[in-house]
Amino acid sequence: MDRPNNITTYSNFSLMLHFLAGMVLLFILAPLVSLVVETPFNTLVETARDEEVRRSIGLSVWAAMAATLLSGISAIPLAYLLARKTFPFKSLVSALVDLPIVIPHAAAGIAILGLFAGDGWFGRSGIPFIGSSAGIICAMAFVSVPFLINAARQGFEAVPVRLEKAALNLGASPARVFATISLPLAKRSIAGGIVLMWARGMSEFGAVIFITYNPKVAPILLWEWFGTYGLDYARPVAVLLIGVSLIFFVALRFLTSGDHDAER
Amino acid sequence: MLSVDNLKIRGGDFQLHDISFQVAQGEYLVLLGASGAGKTLLLESLAGLHPVDSGDITVDSKNCTTIHTSIRGLTLAFQDGLLFPHMNVRENIAFPLKAAGLSRQDQQNRIEQLTNDTGTTNLLNRKPATLSGGEIQRVALARALAASPDVLLLDEPLVSLDSHARTELRSVLRRIHDSGQTILHVTHDYDEALSLANRIAVLEHGTLTQIGTPDEIFQHPKSEFVARFAGIRNFFRGVLDFPQDDAPQQGRFIADKLECTILTDASPGAGCLILPSEEISLFNKKPEGSARNVFRGTIKEIIPARLGMEVIVDIDVDLAALVTASSVAQLELETGKEIWVTYKATAGRFIEA
Repeated sequence: MDRPNNITTYSNFSLMLHFLAGMVLLFILAPLVSLVVETPFNTLVETARDEEVRRSIGLSVWAAMAATLLSGISAIPLAYLLARKTFPFKSLVSALVDLPIVIPHAAAGIAILGLFAGDGWFGRSGIPFIGSSAGIICAMAFVSVPFLINAARQGFEAVPVRLEKAALNLGASPARVFATISLPLAKRSIAGGIVLMWARGMSEFGAVIFITYNPKVAPILLWEWFGTYGLDYARPVAVLLIGVSLIFFVALRFLTSGDHDAER
Repeated sequence: MLSVDNLKIRGGDFQLHDISFQVAQGEYLVLLGASGAGKTLLLESLAGLHPVDSGDITVDSKNCTTIHTSIRGLTLAFQDGLLFPHMNVRENIAFPLKAAGLSRQDQQNRIEQLTNDTGTTNLLNRKPATLSGGEIQRVALARALAASPDVLLLDEPLVSLDSHARTELRSVLRRIHDSGQTILHVTHDYDEALSLANRIAVLEHGTLTQIGTPDEIFQHPKSEFVARFAGIRNFFRGVLDFPQDDAPQQGRFIADKLECTILTDASPGAGCLILPSEEISLFNKKPEGSARNVFRGTIKEIIPARLGMEVIVDIDVDLAALVTASSVAQLELETGKEIWVTYKATAGRFIEA
């Protein structure tokens, strides 16, 4: 029996890998390219000048940032605890962190609405969440905070425990070790989590629409224009929204791609 | 003073037990043990980085057994240095100084002094990733000293260094010790133990089997681990020089009661000479030939050894020769007999202090 030609076998396999990989890349790129190609430049400029569009994109950008920064205050410590400590029900806590990713976002919106509506637990506090930026921030944070927690946790897990022990032994307090060793060495992962959380929050529609319709975040404006004026009017808004997201995405990646990962 | 009493520590699949010893103020104690004997576990436990099951660790009469590592006063220089990779050398050395709340000026002064002591002045702006093994160890040493430890704990600092870096770091360690620093140093390398220690403690089978001066440990070893280095029984402290200009590697080693020729590329100065006992030959008559190291002596003792017989000959100093049992019979060796002893100039190994 003839042996198969190894070189041919591996070449075929490599060809198949490249073909399949190319298919998924095409699947991601095709709608975006078509969106951009089919949007006339004049229409794009005109839409960019529209006050309502600018206001909604601006709201999406800063509300997502506020959601990310405010969540980070407790998300990063939680990520550190999950990475470093052993405690009862740790796997349950880990699962809880992932819950917002797996539940339908419309259901998440209803849940948040129930909490902040007039007779909800926080509704009685008198703080106006419904129909306000605070409500938008809250909805965005709920659905996107797992991205930050998980990325930061991976970053902290990659920092060698022995480095932290060495720092403690050199006379540093646990807080100083966290601030000067663990956090800087995990910064790239944390920054990656910040970018992901911010991007995910900015694109949120399902949960936000239950909390507030006005002021409109960009995805809601897009949905409204599509329903009212049709695809031709919605398309330039979508291009602008994607463009702004990309600019921030690249800028944040650039700013956080310093010279250090957690050296192991 | 560091005092360790009846320490019991479990780590992985083995445990250390009945560990008791003291390190006096200003002393250099080397803990000698084979790889995997638990030396690092013991150091990390003393430093407060690993819990102990029972026993006491006392520093200057203060029981530190359960005190947090950051305020224990026992600072560990790790085997691999463990420098903080995101900080340069200056920031690494400044780390304990900042933690102690020193002013910027005091930090600067202390860094200057420590880098002078450890020969790291020219490395201050370098990142750890760009340093050689010897440089990493010297920076790790400077950083550990910056914590002003009561006792400096060293975990095999010379293990991964080439011979040049080893010699350099050894002299740095000696300088630090001479300045009054109390040091506990663990190693599996008896060269290190010999060249640095005031006293040596031998860790074997999870406990300390012997503590004493290098002479006591190597000339009367209680431990199999130490006894394995049979040749180490012949070691002498002295001075090396090179009197002949035409033979630059032919050194003259002069100890208290021994003077001999050795071939070495070591630098002149103080150090230790080791003569492996299997390299020493015995003759009934004065041997002919070019051998430079020929001595007349008297047999003091004939001891059965793991490999053959060990004959101790008094040539003003005691010299142990390892011979076969049949040689003992053939040469009719017995206690009190006069005998000639010889070894080649290449047999001796000089360790610089």
